[in-house]
Amino acid sequence: MNKTWNNKAWFMVLPMLVLVAFSAVIPLMTVVNYSVQDTFGNNAFFWAGTDWFRQVLESDRFWAALGRNLLFSAIILTIEIPLGILIALNMPKKGIGVPVCLVLMALPLLIPWNVVGTIWQVFGRVDIGLLGYGLAALGINYNYVNNVFDAWATLIVMDVWHWTSLVVLLCYAGLVSIPEAYYQAAKIDGASRWAVFRYIQLPKMKRVLLIAFLLRFMDSFMIYTEPFVITGGGPGNSTTFLSIDLVKLAIGQFDLGPAAAMSLIYFLIILLLSWIFYTVMTSGDETA
Amino acid sequence: MLELRNITKAVGGETHIHPTSLVLERGSLNVLLGPTLSGKTTLMRLMAGLDRPTSGSVWFDGKDVTGQRVQDRSVAMVYQQFINYPALTVYENIASPLRLKRTDAADIDREVREAADLLKLTPYLDRTPLNLSGGQQQRTALARAIVKRASLVLLDEPLANLDYKLREELREELPRLFAEAGAIFVYATTEPSEALLLGGNTATLSKGRITQFGPTIDVYRRPVDLLTARTFADPPLNTIAVVKQDGRFIIEGVPVLPVPAHLSAMADGPATVAFQPHHLALTGSGENTAALSVRTAISEIAGSESFVHVEFAGTRWVMLVPGIHNIEPDSDITVHVDTRHLMAFDEAGRSVGGPAG
Amino acid sequence: MARIDLEHIRHAYGEKPASAADYALKEVHHEWSDGGAYALLGPSGCGKTTLLNIISGLLQPSEGRILFDGKDVTDLPTQERNIAQVFQFPVIYDTMTVYDNLAFPLRNRKVPEADVDRRVREIIEMIGLGDWARRKARGLTADQKQKISLGRGLVRSDVNAILFDEPLTVIDPHMKWQLRSQLKKLHRQFGFTMVYVTHDQTEALTFADKVVVMYDGEIVQIGTPAELFERPSHTFVGYFIGSPGMNVLPVAIDGSRARIGETEIVLDHAPAIAAGAKTELGIRPEFVRLGRDGTPVRIAKIEDIGRQKIVRAEFSGQSIAIVIPEDGEIPAEPRVTFDPAAVNIYANSWRVGGEG
Repeated sequence: MNKTWNNKAWFMVLPMLVLVAFSAVIPLMTVVNYSVQDTFGNNAFFWAGTDWFRQVLESDRFWAALGRNLLFSAIILTIEIPLGILIALNMPKKGIGVPVCLVLMALPLLIPWNVVGTIWQVFGRVDIGLLGYGLAALGINYNYVNNVFDAWATLIVMDVWHWTSLVVLLCYAGLVSIPEAYYQAAKIDGASRWAVFRYIQLPKMKRVLLIAFLLRFMDSFMIYTEPFVITGGGPGNSTTFLSIDLVKLAIGQFDLGPAAAMSLIYFLIILLLSWIFYTVMTSGDETA
Repeated sequence: MLELRNITKAVGGETHIHPTSLVLERGSLNVLLGPTLSGKTTLMRLMAGLDRPTSGSVWFDGKDVTGQRVQDRSVAMVYQQFINYPALTVYENIASPLRLKRTDAADIDREVREAADLLKLTPYLDRTPLNLSGGQQQRTALARAIVKRASLVLLDEPLANLDYKLREELREELPRLFAEAGAIFVYATTEPSEALLLGGNTATLSKGRITQFGPTIDVYRRPVDLLTARTFADPPLNTIAVVKQDGRFIIEGVPVLPVPAHLSAMADGPATVAFQPHHLALTGSGENTAALSVRTAISEIAGSESFVHVEFAGTRWVMLVPGIHNIEPDSDITVHVDTRHLMAFDEAGRSVGGPAG
Repeated sequence: MARIDLEHIRHAYGEKPASAADYALKEVHHEWSDGGAYALLGPSGCGKTTLLNIISGLLQPSEGRILFDGKDVTDLPTQERNIAQVFQFPVIYDTMTVYDNLAFPLRNRKVPEADVDRRVREIIEMIGLGDWARRKARGLTADQKQKISLGRGLVRSDVNAILFDEPLTVIDPHMKWQLRSQLKKLHRQFGFTMVYVTHDQTEALTFADKVVVMYDGEIVQIGTPAELFERPSHTFVGYFIGSPGMNVLPVAIDGSRARIGETEIVLDHAPAIAAGAKTELGIRPEFVRLGRDGTPVRIAKIEDIGRQKIVRAEFSGQSIAIVIPEDGEIPAEPRVTFDPAAVNIYANSWRVGGEG
């Protein structure tokens, strides 16, 4: 598009550019800086080349954490995307039910991450938490502090509770934009409920679903606060995701070089996977 | 005076407007006539300054305004969709361009009431647009364009979303409205009949090119090429490929039509002959008509007149005849062409002769 | 195909309609014959779409019954009524190919694939999209998409009726001609019962055997295109059909003599008019003869619209429209006469007396 050029516009964007430079570009460059050097403090740096990267990529610890991340994102996406679509399909399209549903759906999204973590940490405790106590009373041996499966289950249930709404809201927005004539035509053509979903609703939701998928993937892949609050990465290392490992490495052990290298690798993985998802999901999209 | 000097528009390697030059006079009504995607809207956006031409320049009253922003030009636009401020009353909607110009209250009131009166909106001034019929909503949008007193008013198929009869009413009022405002009006439409009812000048568009520009009735009667003639015919133009030889039009060696006097000067050889559907009749005699044997297809009756679809030498024609004629399909009948109105085009589609006057 | 009976149908969108004004559709009671082509014609808000939706089953009438071939279908949902519908904006399944779009209604009804294939191939040729069968439907033009919508209706050989809801709205004028005559041909060939909703008189008149003119929730006239043109039974029909519409002039009637201002017109019959009724005379612009005889008129404007000219004139203090042919002459001292056979007399807006 050839819009009218107006160079004054750059002045309007300048404050934002400065902000982005300070908040994103400069820290990122610092990380790059750390990742290729060694330091023992006192601002004394030694060139380390690709040593840190090799060290990270050769450590079992890194691959184990990456595996956990991928597993977690995969589980989250397989639950949240279909569940979100299902809820959106069943939400009312008009009347008083619409605002009620929308507010209910938006509620979990309004709660900050660490609060969500704290809520579930307390909720799941066997001694005082409603969920933990209740399950124990039912004779189910539930303990997220000691049991790996329980810890994972707690994190997954919590993430589903927290974020499915986002998928629902996005899908709902896609659904309400479908003209009524499409449903009428489908009725007349004798289409089944499934056919309506497959040939009308899903194609029209495709774009928003792509956005939902990417957002949920990136977000779940970067999960930090909730496991930090609830399990602290335990039991053992069973919920130590890349982000948690990274913090342990950087803050806990003060290994700034490997930590910097790891965060860059982490960043590149997210970028790469997002790009792959995007390309695959939009591939069938060109008009014939 | 608005002047387009050799402008083009390409988007992503695809040419939307081929080199176009056009001069529109102040106080004139100019129709852009062409099918969907022929470039009407693109051309309007270039005139308004919403888009910048890829090459060429736009001049207004002798000043180059090519790079000027639309906000700094004196332009008003009316669209196919009814675009009004839904929360404001009709009065406030019409007043809005004046409020932006900080006109004083008394003048605003006078101008709004004048415009409302002109567009028959006086009884609805206190209502909000959504409580009005489509016709009244579009009248509100038109009134707003009028009070703005812009030097260039662009109307992009403004009647397309209205009922047939409402269109007819507004079409009759618009030329008068335009005449009073004294601005340059540009009106895009897909319908030849609309162009004819509005009068003024017409530019016919086809695939991003202006094929002809001139007084509407002249373009209709004397198209410079076959493309223009086709664009400007509703029902569709009847055409037939012939060879001119010895004062006859010949198809596959058989003479079918005499060459009328007004086409006698054209060179012998292949040509396309064309005529309007109402120049084909069921009855006829005398030197100005020629009889042809055709096979009928469908007949459509439109009240006082009928459209009879016929086939002649493998070509589909439509005849528009007065009265009610429901002719059985697949029957062979004789029809009569009014040869005084024949148009002829050479192999490149350029006009080589048409009816006089 | 089926005969459609509309029995005392009324519809109101609000709950508990109290007066006639609350009904979007006032009493409709008609029988539409099997294989007929009907057009519902009227301005926006006249109830034509409401009536169409009642026939298709998308809407339940507040009162009355609807029968297909004598069978009550009032309570049946759309999918069980076996009808097809073409909407204003083309509805296509854009992830499917053209072929699959047409096969969709059949596959949904578990028709054997061999029959589906035979039927789809037949229809795809009929609507002229044979070369496009394997293409994705999304890249097509508006008229091609609308042909697919139509094709999806035609593909089922057992449909009771095909309904059209302003199907040519998004189609360019030239394509309209093509689609319309194709539709007409299909109707002649297969004799479907068709109902076509439109506000465009040309579409309605050219499409239908019988045009149903609706106004303010009521059917004001059902007739052939010729009847509606020559004998409009209500002044609304006269105004709505014809372009420009019929001239309607206030008139004083005395036996078989009608007086408009200073002018007296002798009618071919004496209309029976109740005392105190508002009387009007209707004459179509096509039947006003402009020449050197009759009542003098003052010409206000001449619109040359190519194939004919519309003359706007003042006649005995009333403005009238006159249509003259492309090369028609306008005399220096113009006078007009009315074709007596084309004069209609209206009392309180409804046509009275005479033959026809």
